[in-house]
Amino acid sequence: MPEWASYLVEIFFSGLTRGSIYALIALGYTMVYGILGLINFAHGEVYMIGAFVGLIFASLFSIMGLPIWAIFVLAMLAAMVWSGAYGYTIEQVAYKPLRKAPRLAPLISAIGMSIFLREYVILAQSADFRAFPAMFESLPDLGDFGDFLQPSELVIITTVFVVLAGLFYLIKFTKTGRAMRAIAQDREMAMLLGVDADKVISMTFILGSALAAIGAVLISTQMGQINYNIGFIVGIKAFTAAVLGGIGSIGGAALGGLVLGLTEAFAAGYLSSDYEDVFAFMVLVLILIFKPSGLLGKHHVEKV
Amino acid sequence: MKTLWLRSAMIGLWFAFLTLPLVGFRTDFLEKTFEFRPWPLLGVFAVTSLFAFGWSFISSRPAEEKGLFEAFGPVSGVQQRLTSKPTLLVLLALMLVLPLVTSGYQTGILITALTYIVLGLGLNIVVGVAGLLDLGYVAFYAVGAYSYGLLSQQFDLGFWVVLPVAGVLAALLGILLGIPVLRLRGDYLAIVTLGFGEIIRLVLENWGEVTGGPSGISGIEKPSIPGVTLDFQQQNQFLYYLILGLAFLAIWVNHRLQNSRLGRSWLALREDEIAAEAMGINLTQTKLKAFALGAFWAGVVGVFFAAKSSFINPASFTFHESAIILSIVVLGGMGSIVGVVIAAVLLILLPEYLRFLQEYRMLIFGAVMVLMMVFRPEGLIKNPRPLYRIPKKDGPS
Repeated sequence: MPEWASYLVEIFFSGLTRGSIYALIALGYTMVYGILGLINFAHGEVYMIGAFVGLIFASLFSIMGLPIWAIFVLAMLAAMVWSGAYGYTIEQVAYKPLRKAPRLAPLISAIGMSIFLREYVILAQSADFRAFPAMFESLPDLGDFGDFLQPSELVIITTVFVVLAGLFYLIKFTKTGRAMRAIAQDREMAMLLGVDADKVISMTFILGSALAAIGAVLISTQMGQINYNIGFIVGIKAFTAAVLGGIGSIGGAALGGLVLGLTEAFAAGYLSSDYEDVFAFMVLVLILIFKPSGLLGKHHVEKV
Repeated sequence: MKTLWLRSAMIGLWFAFLTLPLVGFRTDFLEKTFEFRPWPLLGVFAVTSLFAFGWSFISSRPAEEKGLFEAFGPVSGVQQRLTSKPTLLVLLALMLVLPLVTSGYQTGILITALTYIVLGLGLNIVVGVAGLLDLGYVAFYAVGAYSYGLLSQQFDLGFWVVLPVAGVLAALLGILLGIPVLRLRGDYLAIVTLGFGEIIRLVLENWGEVTGGPSGISGIEKPSIPGVTLDFQQQNQFLYYLILGLAFLAIWVNHRLQNSRLGRSWLALREDEIAAEAMGINLTQTKLKAFALGAFWAGVVGVFFAAKSSFINPASFTFHESAIILSIVVLGGMGSIVGVVIAAVLLILLPEYLRFLQEYRMLIFGAVMVLMMVFRPEGLIKNPRPLYRIPKKDGPS
């Protein structure tokens, strides 16, 4: 393979990796938005807490001397459990009392919650960067593919696609998924038909937070370090991805994440890595100007 | 009562479980150390149980006793008392005398608070009155600050020249941003403005040849009065009176706008865009005017900020700043001038005077924001909706 083609494919896979992480987190935003019409600004912090819980349990298990794959799986499960619990608690404390409040009140409550959680992690753990166990280092080399595809990228992309497939199944074919879609369409009608809205909303928060935790453990293992601030920029990017795909649309969030990740990777690879974030936001602005409802979003005609 | 205790204990247990990994464990896999810390966990349990008890105790009381959170009194009453002439005169006198009797440090805090009052009033036009959710307001603030930094150093322009120029520049940028995003509604507008704010910050950070990159611009000239030399303390007092003047100007402009034709069309826009358009309001122009006027104030305050600190870098213009200004508007009560002023003073002075709590102060600050919204979602001062009564005609009916 000529060098330029190998470089192109390498960038493509790095973009796909990044994009699949954005997609996982964007799903959390889009599901909550679809059901409550609320931007869950604390979602990035849930992701960050997932990374910290993963770090703590991965260290604990590695001290206990478990094999690498077991450490990885157990740490990820622990991160999902606690992130889900945080997501649930945040909803109960900061959003549930505000269901009938003016539109901006939950947003401010979310910003407050986000400040609170960051400070909490600084106090409970530390404000410095913490090393994260690099669990992907022991993976075997990919032979001929090794020129343009890291083994860690392969693991991340596969995991994310499996998780996404599971999520689509859950949303499309299970009772919970049907209840979620019903509530997103018309909450009052769904409640009249016997759907327990509070329970479904809690489920949505738990599910979205657990997805964010999967993304957090995957990317932290690859990056090798985390701190209390990682949630902010990832949160903004993932929200951008959700809007890009059409907020409220599950498939849109996945697609938006991939488009955003690829845009960033190609901009960084061919233009300038200093401005990769600028390109990401430019793509968002351009898409919204020409297709204001996002890539897969439905266009709502407002009736009087 | 007994079940209440049990419930609170359960909530405490839940929070102890939540905080178990982060508070209870500390590990370092490089050093192979593992530490279990039971005492902080017990603290979390105790604090959250008591808090849960207090919370359910308050919310379980019968409705007529619920006066605790209405302790601010009937809101319009607060507003009336605060805006009555004698109170305002006393406040004005107090504000004028304060820098002469307090230390330079206290004056500095007051200057910051006044800066945020003006910023809050500027954003209040966009978010509070016109209802356009702008999460990238800090971009205009940055444009003002950098305009002064660059114009004064490259072209040798003075503070008084740049002050209006930067305001106009920021307003133009507001219109420029406004034109493409006018079609977007609500939350889409929010994310585009957020993206715009980030773009401006990233450009400032990376365009090193012009903006100085992450290290910013230093040695910016302080404002001066021609022919007068000021020592350090007088300089500080002069800055104070300057921003006080700007704050009064901003309050006056906001107040005058409130009942103007433009102000009323903004309110109509906020309440219902389609109805407003049907009543003959030009949506494009009205929205652009809100954007431009809001951005103007941010630009002006940006110049003041650059002149005050004589050093600016992109780190001062992060999303966090936009979030604080937005919180001022919403905490104060959307569209209420008195509310914005009170909220700005509270939000800036609270972390300042919570310093004795040291590392816990920002934690408490975040918690207060959440609690404020839970108990008073419409903000401190609810802006009364304008009401017009048609005078009754005399005669038989």
